[in-house]
Formats: sequence, structure tokens, C-alpha cells
Amino acid sequence: MLRVENLSVTFNEGTPDEKKALQDIQLELKQGDFVTVIGSNGAGKSTLMNMISGALFPDVGMIEINDQNVTTLREHKRAKQIGRVFQDPMAGTSPKMTIEENLAIAYARNKTRTLKPGSNKKRRELFKSELQRLHLGLEHRLSAKVGLLSGGERQALSLLMATFTQPDILLLDEHTAALDPSRAELITTLTGEIVAETGLTTLMVTHNMQQALDLGNRLIMMDKGQIILDIDGAKKQALTIEKLLQEFQRIRGKQMDNDRAILG
Amino acid sequence: MFISMFNAVESGIIFAIMALGVYLSFRILDFPDLTVDGSFVTGAAVSALLIVNGMPTGVAIFAALLAGFIAGSITGLLNTKGKVNPLLSGILMMTALYSINLRIMGQSNIPLLNQDTFFTQLRSVFERLGIDQLLDQGLTTVGVERLPSTYSALIIMLLVTFMIKFITDYFLKTEVGLALRAIGDNEQMIRSFSANTDHLKVLGLGVSNGLVALSGGLYAQFTGFSDLNMGIGMIVIGLASVIIGESIVGTKTIGRTTLAVVVGAVIYRMVITLAIRSDFLDNGDTKLITALLVVLALVVPKVIETVKESSRKRKKRHALNQQVRRGA
Repeated sequence: MLRVENLSVTFNEGTPDEKKALQDIQLELKQGDFVTVIGSNGAGKSTLMNMISGALFPDVGMIEINDQNVTTLREHKRAKQIGRVFQDPMAGTSPKMTIEENLAIAYARNKTRTLKPGSNKKRRELFKSELQRLHLGLEHRLSAKVGLLSGGERQALSLLMATFTQPDILLLDEHTAALDPSRAELITTLTGEIVAETGLTTLMVTHNMQQALDLGNRLIMMDKGQIILDIDGAKKQALTIEKLLQEFQRIRGKQMDNDRAILG
Repeated sequence: MFISMFNAVESGIIFAIMALGVYLSFRILDFPDLTVDGSFVTGAAVSALLIVNGMPTGVAIFAALLAGFIAGSITGLLNTKGKVNPLLSGILMMTALYSINLRIMGQSNIPLLNQDTFFTQLRSVFERLGIDQLLDQGLTTVGVERLPSTYSALIIMLLVTFMIKFITDYFLKTEVGLALRAIGDNEQMIRSFSANTDHLKVLGLGVSNGLVALSGGLYAQFTGFSDLNMGIGMIVIGLASVIIGESIVGTKTIGRTTLAVVVGAVIYRMVITLAIRSDFLDNGDTKLITALLVVLALVVPKVIETVKESSRKRKKRHALNQQVRRGA
């Protein structure tokens, strides 16, 4: 479904600020894989996400989605196949527009936008039934402006908008990091539910080790632009935070230096 | 008095089309587009030139719209493909248009006296059908002494402007329109939903300046001339209309906001006319009045809001105090 080969990128090359953000990344996701990505700040997690979504382009390497080479395809073209939820709850929705209009924008993702009305009776019914998945009562507030919703509600709506058109890949970029613990819990649960129901191929970056262990069938750890650990199946089920930290120390020969990742 | 107010509403309703264009760029795309000062004249120039050359008035109006669309698209291309700052793209285009407009007209002013324009045609239709005479009688019976020469311009322009308003409302609710609105609100988001923001901006600015030029084309035919300098300050008039209208009518829905823009354009004209008629102000003061109007429209609603809010809180405190006292 998603194949990343020899992906490398260096920022500010040739200056004192040179940073090898990604070094020769190899990654393959099968249909229905739900991969969680952890790693400390600057490990290259977000850079990898931005490469896959097309917000950034690699120096070398190739990205394939659904056997189609998308390495040089621009962001908005790739977006037909990629659903994305950002860290900032404000980033995934349009605040001055209503819930219905936001969903209508998301609905048009994988088709050509026309001069026909963005929403109609049939679509409205679809939107309502999709909103029910969130258990937030938003299906009764279709004409409310999204700017009036709380951060948690907006992020739940973003998650729905990113997923209900069945994209090939779902990218979740620390999408619970900016929420308070109870809202983050809600979004985590919803993510688990939605991915399980839709069977979307998912790549989720997180700072929260527990979340990375709870969700998904495969776990990747990144450090300094490289994938240093890739565990799936039964072995992932047996993982604990303790073991992960030991593993990091064994590979890197030093302690993981990120309290947020451990405590968060 | 009645006559000058009548004329203010007439030209206000024509300017409302321009204000709708400004609303599209400023509010919908969040793009401060200064092309307007130039594209208004482009519309006027094109429509005057075609009329002088004997083309049908409808063709002249449509050509004005098209010319404005092209001008706006170029501003959009400068910004999206050329990565030029929005404000600067507009200024560059406005400057370039000054020369282009002079080229189109060949001289700095084209008079349309004794030419058949859209409005002279309307007038003769109204006279033939006896609508003007009928309305004249109506007004005389309610005691108006000096009567306007024709009602055709006002009535037809009301229809045309509202038709454009409703088309705009519809457009902004289509799939393309929704994407356009999202650009001014959250550009990152709409890109992640597979919209080509570059193309949409070019389209949006094209439509915006198309409306501005359409307004210019109609205004030239209405006043009977096209002048190289008639667009100076047009962007501020458009903005003033948008802001005044929004603060009076409100922005709850798209339909209401576009109505606000139309109402704002008419009110703006009426206030300016009233102000100039007073003894101590003259034509040269219109810019100052415009600036003051915009300041008022921006400040007064905030003040009202603050006063309302503090009175609400005072009442609540008072009620709570009463409760406590009763409890004690």
C-alpha cells in the first residue's frame, strides 16, 4: 500500500545548521497496517510524515502509494489518496464555516470539484450518520460554525473528515498531543474505533509511548533520521514502556533523553 | 433632496456590484487586492470603447466583465506562480492597468453623450411602456415636487445587482465555492483536501475583478463617460461598503453577508451625498468622510458590544447580590 525506499533529506546543507533529517529510510506498509511511530524530538517523525503527504520533497529516494510512484506529485494531488490529521486541532477544519460545509469539503476530496452544491439532502444524511460515530452529538449541530467547537470536538471532526472518504493512507501527526488528557483519551479511542471499522492503512506519529503501545499492530522507533526499531504482531503485544526504553539503550548505547515521551 | 438621494441610491446599487467583488477578494480569499482601482476603469474603458464603435450595449458590458476577469487572473498568477506578496501583486497590476487603460481608450476620457447606452435603452423601454409616467403620478400624489427623469436605471439595476448577489450566494455554496471560502480561512486544511489553492486563488481573483469591471462598465454607461481617473480610491469605497454593511446587517450566513455588502454600498453613497450637501463640506472632503465612515463602522459595533456586555454583567451581579441578601 505504502512503500518508502532509500528516502533521505538534509536541511540547510553546507551550513553550520546542516541537519540530516532523514537517512536512507526504508518502510513498507501492507493494506490495513496500523503503524505507530515514536521517537524523541528531531528524530525525523514529522519530516517523514511531510514527505509522505507531499508537504516536503526528498533529496533522494522514492515514495509509492498503491503501486503508484508519487515522489514528485504535489501535495494537493496526493491528498486525493491521503487523509491527514494535524497536531493543532485548529489546523484540520475551517472555523468560519459550518460543520456541514466542512464535511462537504472533505467529501469532495477524491473527486473533481464542480459547480454543483457542496451539500444536498443525500449527503447531509451521510454526514449525520458519520457524525454519530463520534458520540459527541455533532449530528444535531450541522449548521454550527466549527470555530465554536472545543479543541477536542474539532479534532474529532478533523479525524472524521480525514477518514470518511476512505483514503488509501491515513496520516496522524501527533493528533492528540495538543489536547488535555481526557480529550486526548477520547480521540485515541475514536482513532482505534475508526481505524478498526474502516481498515485504513495508518501511520501515526506520537510522543506518548503508552498510546503507541495501545494502538496499532506495528511499532516503529526513530532516532536521528533513522528507523532503529520495527516490531510487529505478537512481539508488539508483549511490549512495555520499560522494554522499549531498554531496547533504545541497547541500540543507541545511551538513555532516551525525552521525559515527555516517557511520562506523556 | 429627494432627487439627490434618488441618484445616490442609483449609483450605490451599481457600485454594489464592485463591492461584491471586493468582498470576494478581501473576505472570502483574505487577499487585500488593490487591482480594483485599475480594473474598475478597465471595465469602464472597454465598455465605452465598444459602445463608441457601435457594438451592442450588452456585448460592451460582457466584454468589461471579461477584461476584469483577465486582469484579476493576472494578479492571481503573480501571487501564486510568481510568489509575489499579495499586496504588491495588486499594486503592480493596478499600476500596469493605468497604462493599459489609457491604451484601450486612446485618450484619457471617452464621452458617451448622444450614444445609445444600456441605460438610454432602458429608459426608452420604460417610457414606451408608460412605467415612468405611472410612477411619476404616484410620487406627485404623495407630494414629491421634483421628479427623477427615469426610474428605469434604479429598478433594472436593483434586479441585476440582486441577481448577481444570488448567483454569488449559490457559487459560494458549490463544491468549488466551499473550497474557495476555505482558502481565506485555513489554507493548509483545504490543500490537505486535494484542492489546488493556486488555481482557486486565480479563479477567485478573476471573478472578483470581473465583478469590479462589470460595475465599472455599467457605471460608465450610466454616467455617460469613461475617465482614466475614475477608479482612484475605488478599493476604499468597496471596503467601506463591505465594512459598513457588515456592521449594520451582520454576517451570520453567506446570503446575509452579501446582502450586507449591497446595503453597505447604497448607504455609503447616501451618506456621502448627505455630507456633501451640507454647507461646510464639499467634494474634496469625500475621502475624509469615507475614512471616518470606515472608522465608525469598525469602532461603534465594538463599543456597543462592550456596553451591552458590561450592562449584562452589572445586572447579573445585582441579581446575585439580591439573592444573597434574601438568603441572609
